[in-house]
Amino acid sequence: MNKIIEKEQLNNNVVKLIIDAPRIAEKRKAGHFVIVKIDDKGERIPLTIADADAKKGTITLVIQKVGVTSHKLSLMEEGDILTDVVGPLGNATEIENEGTVLCAGGGVGIAPLLPIARAFKEAGNRVVSVLAARNKDLIILEEEMKECSDELIIMTDDGSYGKQGLVTHGMEEILDKEKVNLAVTIGPAIMMKFASQTTKKYNVPTIASLNTIMVDGTGMCGACRVTVDGKTKFVCVDGPEFDAHKIDFDEMIMRLGAYQEQERKDYENYLETL
Amino acid sequence: MDNIQETLKAERQKPWREEIRKAIKPKDRTSMQRVKMPEQEPDVRNKNHKEVNRGLTEQMAVKEAQRCLDCANPTCISGCPVGINIPKFIKRIEQGEFLESAKVLKETNALPAVCGRVCPQEVQCEASCFYVQKLKKDPVAIGFLERFAADYERNSGNISIPEVKKKNGIKVGIIGSGPSGLAVAGDMVKWGYDVTVFEALHEIGGVLKYGIPEFRLPNEIVDVEIENLKSMGVKFKTNFVVGTTGSVDDLREEGFEAFFVGSGAGLPRFMNIKGENYRRIFSSNEYLTRVNLMNAANPDYDTPVFSGKNVAVIGGGNTAMDSVRTSKRLGAEKSMIIYRRSIEEMPARVEEVEHAKEEDIIFMNLNNPVEYFADENGNVNRMRVQKMELGEPDSSGRRRPVPLEGSEYEVDVDTVVVAIGVSPNPLIPASMPELDVTDWGTIKVDQDSMQSSVEDVFAGGDIVRGGATVILAMGDGRKAAAGMHSYIQEKAGKRKS
Ligand SMILES: Cc1cc2nc3c(=O)[nH]c(=O)nc-3n(C[C@H](O)[C@H](O)[C@H](O)COP(=O)(O)OP(=O)(O)OC[C@H]3O[C@@H](n4cnc5c(N)ncnc54)[C@H](O)[C@@H]3O)c2cc1C
Ligand SMILES: Cc1cc2nc3c(=O)[nH]c(=O)nc-3n(C[C@H](O)[C@H](O)[C@H](O)COP(=O)(O)OP(=O)(O)OC[C@H]3O[C@@H](n4cnc5c(N)ncnc54)[C@H](O)[C@@H]3O)c2cc1C
Ligand code: SF4
Ligand code: SF4
Ligand code: FES
Repeated sequence: MNKIIEKEQLNNNVVKLIIDAPRIAEKRKAGHFVIVKIDDKGERIPLTIADADAKKGTITLVIQKVGVTSHKLSLMEEGDILTDVVGPLGNATEIENEGTVLCAGGGVGIAPLLPIARAFKEAGNRVVSVLAARNKDLIILEEEMKECSDELIIMTDDGSYGKQGLVTHGMEEILDKEKVNLAVTIGPAIMMKFASQTTKKYNVPTIASLNTIMVDGTGMCGACRVTVDGKTKFVCVDGPEFDAHKIDFDEMIMRLGAYQEQERKDYENYLETL
Repeated sequence: MDNIQETLKAERQKPWREEIRKAIKPKDRTSMQRVKMPEQEPDVRNKNHKEVNRGLTEQMAVKEAQRCLDCANPTCISGCPVGINIPKFIKRIEQGEFLESAKVLKETNALPAVCGRVCPQEVQCEASCFYVQKLKKDPVAIGFLERFAADYERNSGNISIPEVKKKNGIKVGIIGSGPSGLAVAGDMVKWGYDVTVFEALHEIGGVLKYGIPEFRLPNEIVDVEIENLKSMGVKFKTNFVVGTTGSVDDLREEGFEAFFVGSGAGLPRFMNIKGENYRRIFSSNEYLTRVNLMNAANPDYDTPVFSGKNVAVIGGGNTAMDSVRTSKRLGAEKSMIIYRRSIEEMPARVEEVEHAKEEDIIFMNLNNPVEYFADENGNVNRMRVQKMELGEPDSSGRRRPVPLEGSEYEVDVDTVVVAIGVSPNPLIPASMPELDVTDWGTIKVDQDSMQSSVEDVFAGGDIVRGGATVILAMGDGRKAAAGMHSYIQEKAGKRKS
């Protein structure tokens, strides 16, 4: 049982929730996630811990509406109770002083990127960030990212904000002008695929944080499996971060759509009940 | 050992036992037929999730109990991993004292309603019954009778809650709420300890909840047992992954003095063949968890599950049987078992194999998958299978399956469930590098006390055995409880002196 302490609407599709979870707040590190089940009949969905306050005993989640559960979550209010929150899960990001770190985030992927960018900054790195989304409204946490970045480029598909173009254009701009020691990319699978191809051209080691379908989050079911370097890995216990240049993104994208038809139908039915 | 034999003998000589024994001539007892379990009809039950076996009536149970000879040397007991006093509980049934019978079961087995349903009796207690050993007849239906007595007690509303000693205030932590953890919790709370069970999932019960389906073991039965433990004072903390939510070190700081690790063998294995990551190829854990734990088959619940028309389940154990029979219940037209050995060598309980056959499951034995194919969306649509033949016996004593060159053929499928086994859950060993583990990742323990290389940590069940049975896990749990108890007493003794 975990109470929602605070809610903020970041844009039409994205909400930020601050949730009471003292044990998790104390233990979590950048890169960790939780699994949330909102009510007795709910499904278990993974969400990255975007921030935490150990003193207050709270964690911050940033959620994009894409289907039934994330939509229901976005409608919950301060004071409401989530029946189950478990974590922190996954392996924390290995944070070291690498030199210059390029952080490339797309859409709601900016939320999980934030704690990682902050941690790299605190470890003494020069942090250069590229945030990308379809349009201005979908760029989230810009202020927070700015605070922990030495340089920040914003890219929108339609040019409604920042520069017009894809995340990879922003990345190339950086990679062309300075030596980058490590890149981190989080966002939709397709974006991470192209971001990874870009850094490969420049021979920059890159990690991607994967958002596969999950059930338990403890290594028990294998729903989250991906192929990395030709081997099957479980994102929840072996990841969520992997060497981006070794991930089979096409397979991952294929597997992400496993329940697409059913979920779209469920979502349409659900929207009608609202 | 002598002590146990003496007690058994003394029990057997009690007047009520002698009286019952003399009531019917042994010859009349042995000429009776083994009871048949009332079941739902196969073509009804393979469309619902209700329990297949409906349980014996009182008359049936008493009659079956009459078959038991109350042997002077009850070999059946040696076949039971927790050593239930089998003739005693059976004779209580024959006497009509069903509640007394249930009490006998509870002396050694905290979950009789579960074991009566899921133990592989045909290789345990019933295999050692005099009827099988000496008479070459069907054994006494020990499992059915155990289930009967336990169900009778539960339905009577008179569940006997074991006596709990005065609280001693000593905190012990149990990691994992499967049968091994529940068994430790039951014993430790009886002896006065302050017991907390930590469970990573949102539900208590381990495989009993997320793995074994409703049609074999209704959740309600497990819940009653959990409620009993709660009423005895056991605390349960769900959504707590020991190692990440809090480490064993953190818990030590919070005053826990000893731990039991019963974290199970949760990590599913795959075959690592081509195409195995296509959509709609699941591990049995994923498939069963969606249906059993997340209620995916019920439209009121949010978790989806894909219920295909042509389902292939790879494997021959209980998990494979549970998956294939689940797929039928989700509406499959063709549900197939693909197993590389023969039907006789399948490790599943015999009753489940029989039930599966009656439910129109197709058995493709001596077949092994070699590759999967998919449509343009990545949904599996075909698999290539290779025929096998049996060669020389391997280390397990079973004849080794050998591929038949050039025998490959293709089968249309739209769902595949891989049920070829599990590996030990790595969470605890990974979070405690000081813990000695085997090359397979199981925790090393002392066989008698179940103590690990870390003195305040005990372990048992699948995390030690690498995949076994409910009753073996519970047996381990009871041994570990005794081991923990003496460890804590000794430590307290040292502290005083
Ligand atoms: C480790 C991890 C961390 C994550 N962190 C966050 C986070 O911080 N914020 C956030 O909003 N989301 C995050 N996600 C994704 C989030 O879990 C999914 O968006 C959520 O499960 C969707 O549930 P739903 O019922 O609302 O939609 P569903 O009905 O399950 O899905 C609707 C549609 O969304 C797509 N979809 C489903 N799951 C995913 C996914 N994992 N990634 C991308 N698309 C998906 C599918 O195409 C599907 O058809 C994370 C995922 C992982 C594995
Ligand atoms: C589908 C299926 C059918 C089966 N059928 C039968 C049968 O008919 N008869 C039979 O005798 N046996 C059967 N078995 C085997 C039997 O269920 C297992 O041997 C038994 O459950 C093992 O018990 P356990 O206590 O070791 O752990 P489990 O039952 O595996 O429970 C372990 C629990 O620990 C939790 N856990 C793991 N790590 C942590 C952590 N770090 N922190 C907190 N919690 C943690 C897990 O979430 C889980 O709930 C079957 C198994 C399966 C999968
Ligand atoms: S616990 Fe299992 S092995 Fe023991 S008597 Fe009961 S059914 Fe048989
Ligand atoms: S061996 Fe068979 S007949 Fe003899 S006491 Fe045990 S159950 Fe009864
Ligand atoms: S989510 Fe089940 S194994 Fe990763």
